[in-house]
Amino acid sequence: MGVATRTPILQLAGISKRFGAVQALADVDFEVYAEEVVGLVGDNGAGKSTLVKTIAGINVADQGTYSFQGKAVHVHGPNDVTKLGVSTVYQDLALCDNLDVVNNLYLGREDSGGLPVLKEEPMEKRARDVLRGLSVKIPHVRTPVAELSGGQRQSVAVARSVMWDAKVVLLDEPTAALGVAQTRQVLDLILRLRERGLGVVVISHNMADVFEVCDRIVVMRLGRRVATFDVKAASREEVVGAITGAEFGKLRASDAPAEDLA
Amino acid sequence: MRRLREGDVGSLPVIVGLILIWAVFWFLNPNFLTPRNLTNLATQTAATGTISVGIVLVLLLGEIDLSVGQVSGLCAGIMAVLNVKHGVPAWLAIASAVAAGGAIGLVQGFWFSRLRIPSFVVTLAGLLAWQGALLLVLGSTGTLNLTDNTVDALAGTYLPDWAGWAVGVIVILAFAGSGLLTRRRRRAADLDVGPIGAWLAGLIVLVILVAAALLVLNGYLGVPLALLILLGFAAGFDFLVRRTRFGRYIMAVGGSPEAARRAGISVNGIRVAVFALAGVMAACGGVLAASRLLAVNQSSGGSDLLLNVIAAAVIGGTSLFGGRGSVWSAVTGALVIISISNGMDLLGLPASIKFVITGAVLLAAVTIDGVARHGRQASGKA
Ligand SMILES: Nc1ncnc2c1ncn2[C@@H]1O[C@H](COP(=O)(O)OP(=O)(O)O)[C@@H](O)[C@H]1O
Ligand SMILES: [Mg+2]
Repeated sequence: MGVATRTPILQLAGISKRFGAVQALADVDFEVYAEEVVGLVGDNGAGKSTLVKTIAGINVADQGTYSFQGKAVHVHGPNDVTKLGVSTVYQDLALCDNLDVVNNLYLGREDSGGLPVLKEEPMEKRARDVLRGLSVKIPHVRTPVAELSGGQRQSVAVARSVMWDAKVVLLDEPTAALGVAQTRQVLDLILRLRERGLGVVVISHNMADVFEVCDRIVVMRLGRRVATFDVKAASREEVVGAITGAEFGKLRASDAPAEDLA
Repeated sequence: MRRLREGDVGSLPVIVGLILIWAVFWFLNPNFLTPRNLTNLATQTAATGTISVGIVLVLLLGEIDLSVGQVSGLCAGIMAVLNVKHGVPAWLAIASAVAAGGAIGLVQGFWFSRLRIPSFVVTLAGLLAWQGALLLVLGSTGTLNLTDNTVDALAGTYLPDWAGWAVGVIVILAFAGSGLLTRRRRRAADLDVGPIGAWLAGLIVLVILVAAALLVLNGYLGVPLALLILLGFAAGFDFLVRRTRFGRYIMAVGGSPEAARRAGISVNGIRVAVFALAGVMAACGGVLAASRLLAVNQSSGGSDLLLNVIAAAVIGGTSLFGGRGSVWSAVTGALVIISISNGMDLLGLPASIKFVITGAVLLAAVTIDGVARHGRQASGKA
């Protein structure tokens, strides 16, 4: 692949995190390269969300190191991580339904040239250009987000996370609530982010989606990273086997549903 | 129609409603549509509408302030006592009243946002407490008559005809100018501009409205200063809400406090500021009402004022559920509510009937709001 010889854009090593009696993460290494989509999979409670929150700076790890573009960094909170250029889209998207797309893309970062009065035209223009650049199709950038479909909303949330110089994007179950056509839109968007050189981390329960967009698959089980697959060389059975802990090879496809391991 | 079903009601229904209400009252009593009565109606609307502007801000935030009626009464009482009993100059007495309103709003906003107590409870407590404070401030006198020229002038001044027309022309030029400027900026930024025809139609409607209002009001004493004050507040706060960062954050908090918080917005700061503004507007409305009645008494700010103020905002199209509405709804809604009350007065209806009808109108408005919200949720636009 050649990937292994490059420096990861984001790398965590030896991460441990304990919640009371629960060892949510145990000595986990994780890395993302630029221009790569990594699938993060595992059963419920495996530690995926905890790992993503640690990357996002919401959780502070008990142990382990965090480095960005090869340099060790100290992460004390989400703002430190955002400044590095790592952004996260959570499942609830955190959009304001009553506001239009432009306002949501700029929420908290409005352009007013230092004055209190907003500069609507530059914001609208850039919003339109960003969405066009990502081929996100919406009726109009002045449409309230409430009037968009689930896929469009997800796309707006992703666009918001990448339009401010993001280098790494973490997506928590981006297609979980979507139908076939809308899932397609979001998967295409993920591929476009990769084209642009971003590192993308996708948590997903859907094997079809994972195999479609990911370059590598990292499998978590019981707080540990138990396997890593190169998508080109892996089968769904192998990945599902790693998720459930069944031994490779013994598992037949019918033993565990490959899709929708809720 | 599609928008209505999907829960986006806008200001069309309230305009249609107002025309219907006027037609009905005119049919029942031709005196309703005389310049004299409409002027009266305009000055009555000023106080209610001004307080309602503050309530719209609170509703946009997704909260409620039940104390604004009593705050308006208390602040009017503070002004009256300072001016009448202590000989404080009118402008200073009014400024003190407004400052007191702001301070009360700050305290209530702080209590609700920092201590996480629902706003309706904090302001319900305020409703009672500020009523008590008014009794304290007025002391044994009970009623204070206002005789100061400056205070009386607020509600007692009417613009000469030429000044009224001048204001009308300025309003229309400002509207046309800002509209054309926006169109030019959008074109320069390579953004789509709406059809010029629709914009011109809007301008023509405004010209007709302004001209009709001026003809009517000049047919009696002229444009009431109090009405101009209300329209000035509405225009200013409308700009604040739609065009400034602060206004955008009010809408964001009203739409989704969690999304606003994650976007780095100081949700509690916005909340406290909005409650302070509601207190300020309540004080301004209280001063206007006192100026119209030339007195402050123990029931100032009480009775049906609070309900009228909230009903005005909701009838005008501002949602009780936060994040949807417009400052102008305070004006259109107050016109509806005051028209109904004024019309019923003209018909000589007893208070019992008036209260029942006003209650029914409020219920109708919140029902439309609730059904619209339901429609939004059903069509996935919660
Ligand atoms: N804030 C928390 N407090 C206590 N336990 C937690 C907390 N967050 C996660 N855990 C526990 O850590 C383990 C890993 O959870 P999580 O990372 O959410 O798994 P996943 O996202 O893979 O389903 C679970 O046992 C969960 O109960
Ligand atoms: Mg999870």
